[in-house]
Amino acid sequence: MKARTVRGMAGATAAAVIVTGAAACSNPGGGAAAGAGAADSAVVGIATEPESLSPLLGYGKDGNSKIFDGLLAHDAGMKLKPALAESLPEVSADGLTYTYALRRGVKFSDGRPFGAKDVVFTYRTILDAKTNNASKSELDAIADVTARGDEAVVFTLKYPYAPFAERTVLPIAPEHLAGGQDVNSGEFTTKPVGTGPYVLTAWSKGEKLSFKANPTYWGGEPAVKKFTMAVIKDDDVRATRLRSGELDGAVLPPNLAKGFKADKARKTYAAKSFDYRNVTLPTEHPVTGDTAVRRALDIAVDRATMVDKLLEGAGKAAYGPVPTGSPWFAAGTERAHDLAGAEKILDEAGWIPGADGVRAKNGVRAAFPLWYTSGDKLRQDHALAFASDARKAGIQVTTESGSWEVIEPRMRTDAVLAGGGSPADPDFDQYLTLNSALAGDGFNNMARYDNPAVDKALLDGRRSADPAVREAAYDTVQRELVKDPGYVYLTHIDHLYVVADRWDGPSTQTEPHDHGLGTGPWWNVESWKPKRK
Amino acid sequence: MARMAGRRTLFAGPVLLVVTFGVFAVAALSPFDPVKAYAGTAGLTASQAGLDQLRANLGVDQPLLARWWEWLTSALTGDLGTSSVMRQPVSDVIAERLGWSALLALCAFAVAVLLGTALGVLAARRQGGRLDRAVSGLAYTLEAAPAFWLGLLAVWFFSVRLGVLPSGGLTDAGSDVVTAGQVARHLVLPALVLGISQLPWFFLYVRHGVADALEEDPVRGARARGLGERRVLLGHGLRSGMLPMLTLIGSRVPELITGALLVETVFSWPGIAAATVQAATSVDFPLLAALTVLATAAVLAGNLLSDLLYGLADPRVGFDG
Repeated sequence: MKARTVRGMAGATAAAVIVTGAAACSNPGGGAAAGAGAADSAVVGIATEPESLSPLLGYGKDGNSKIFDGLLAHDAGMKLKPALAESLPEVSADGLTYTYALRRGVKFSDGRPFGAKDVVFTYRTILDAKTNNASKSELDAIADVTARGDEAVVFTLKYPYAPFAERTVLPIAPEHLAGGQDVNSGEFTTKPVGTGPYVLTAWSKGEKLSFKANPTYWGGEPAVKKFTMAVIKDDDVRATRLRSGELDGAVLPPNLAKGFKADKARKTYAAKSFDYRNVTLPTEHPVTGDTAVRRALDIAVDRATMVDKLLEGAGKAAYGPVPTGSPWFAAGTERAHDLAGAEKILDEAGWIPGADGVRAKNGVRAAFPLWYTSGDKLRQDHALAFASDARKAGIQVTTESGSWEVIEPRMRTDAVLAGGGSPADPDFDQYLTLNSALAGDGFNNMARYDNPAVDKALLDGRRSADPAVREAAYDTVQRELVKDPGYVYLTHIDHLYVVADRWDGPSTQTEPHDHGLGTGPWWNVESWKPKRK
Repeated sequence: MARMAGRRTLFAGPVLLVVTFGVFAVAALSPFDPVKAYAGTAGLTASQAGLDQLRANLGVDQPLLARWWEWLTSALTGDLGTSSVMRQPVSDVIAERLGWSALLALCAFAVAVLLGTALGVLAARRQGGRLDRAVSGLAYTLEAAPAFWLGLLAVWFFSVRLGVLPSGGLTDAGSDVVTAGQVARHLVLPALVLGISQLPWFFLYVRHGVADALEEDPVRGARARGLGERRVLLGHGLRSGMLPMLTLIGSRVPELITGALLVETVFSWPGIAAATVQAATSVDFPLLAALTVLATAAVLAGNLLSDLLYGLADPRVGFDG
């Protein structure tokens, strides 16, 4: 064979490869149809990827994990309903013992039966000091958990804790798999097996999580047979891939979600949330510690404009930790934007405007710094709006940005643009942020708020099982916050999702501050049905 | 040649050692707190006692030297430790991701070198010509354009407007089997974007080198002897014009790694670059150290490669004396 011929053949081969490649490229429908578009599969875009899928390390602790079930679960209205438990727990009269009868005949997706020992294993492992679960303080009330035969589990508590049942939505891990390995780094953290409606088929870290319907799910096999969560960190890329049809749904910031409003084939879902942004008013700072300044700032801020301008209408004005639409909201605690009122309070308290318009009292200038986490556009916008509103009342707020490492040592005396919120029970968020006993404990009660009436109400709220007592307690907290605000609550933020209009079933739950995998219209993907054409 | 490779390899040991210690020292000095990074949002509601327990469990309360020594000794026995940010062994993290990053980088490198060289030679042939002006202008623009932006532009054009190429992921989002065909299709855009962002360097070097070579006496002599234009261009011009580019190949390796980070983020490519940033911002010591060793090794190997190529291309250049 002559050299020329060899070269020619190589050239022909190269050309053939290129042509084949080009042909493959020009047929995007072929592969894509198997994913997005098929009636029994759904692909959604999420912004953050979990570090671990092990419930023992905190995955799915608020319920709605697709792979696992908790003893209880939340329905669309955030009411508790039985899941791995047969019914809601029996609570002893003193509120110290919770007994759960377990559902019979449930199997993990590897075929092994689920039983009381798995529940005991899960809770004991999480509470173990060696387990690196950062959320374990949420289970602080538990003194012990024991199995009663294979049919029931009994929790004994250290103190009466009314919202305890809300904590038992936590997913249950199989002891036979997770028990024999390193809980912090074992294979179970990436290859979980549970009793839930979906089975994890692949997790390509940084790219996607793939699930298939669990054919032996005790609640019935889901109609959406394949479910994929594509991990797309950048908002613009997520919106683009949604538009190109590769995704059936995605979480989007308000400005990008707006572009899909007119789209007939897609629906926009605004999930109401307990996710608030507030400004901490450190009790130990001479300016923010003054009740007059706190009350003035609380009515000097223009919450309605923040909702309109910063959130593009996707949210609500916040007057406290509880959003106005919640049954826990204390009616009558709404405050209108009242600059004149704020000035009057400051005048009467002796904060007199100086030459530059900034007020002062006994030589102390009404000025303080406000920190926000750098890179968080939403917090930055809130901080700037707050500073501008405060300035109109004669209080100078200097905004500064930094990471939590920079902010933490300053939290004692400097204001921080913070966020939080937990919809399941008012105790979860309020006990941590308002209780004087937890002042400066980790990130709890950052403002070091100290109000005996609030402390007492928080205790009443968590100890009593009587709904009327609890409601009165949280009403008290909200009314005290009007008289002596330790925080200026600014907005409650809606989370926006755009989803292809191909199913019956997508809806939204009330969402917490944290965007977990279980939030979004796909919280109940297991009960979606393809729409009849 | 073999002696040079051997000597460089011996030298790499101490370099890597110093680099890993540097990583631990810099990470220890950094303001980021590994415990906060580990806990994430859960840390904002955790009790101080809980956070302290976590600090002890993660071993980050140990002094710098002890931590480094412990990492080093277990790394030498093959145990790279556990990544705190990925919640799995470091070796698993690397094994899962390294291949995809290498594939992406190699394809991008091939695009940059081949296309850059070809365009460079063509442009040098008629300096100031229409092709030269067009490509040079484009090259300067690309040099200034961030890879991230190029990526978004490519997604917008090829995926949204034309709908011919997938805009991200390793395979179609709905499929969980990794087939060669799917990966090839998904590789096109990220590899092109990464390659194109590196292309200007190669193009400009080759263009300059070849143009200079064409002005030299040997080339004039060759032309005078009536050698064909193609022989002159490829045999003489390209050969000496390639020399500066061969050095460039090695020195572009770090740039390729940083470029890959942005490209991997835009295209949800499950590579190692994104993990590197996560490891750094979370002060994940074991993962960070292992990845730094890899990156350093890549740079050292890149330099060695360019020196070897240089020596092969120009016999006048010796191999390290």
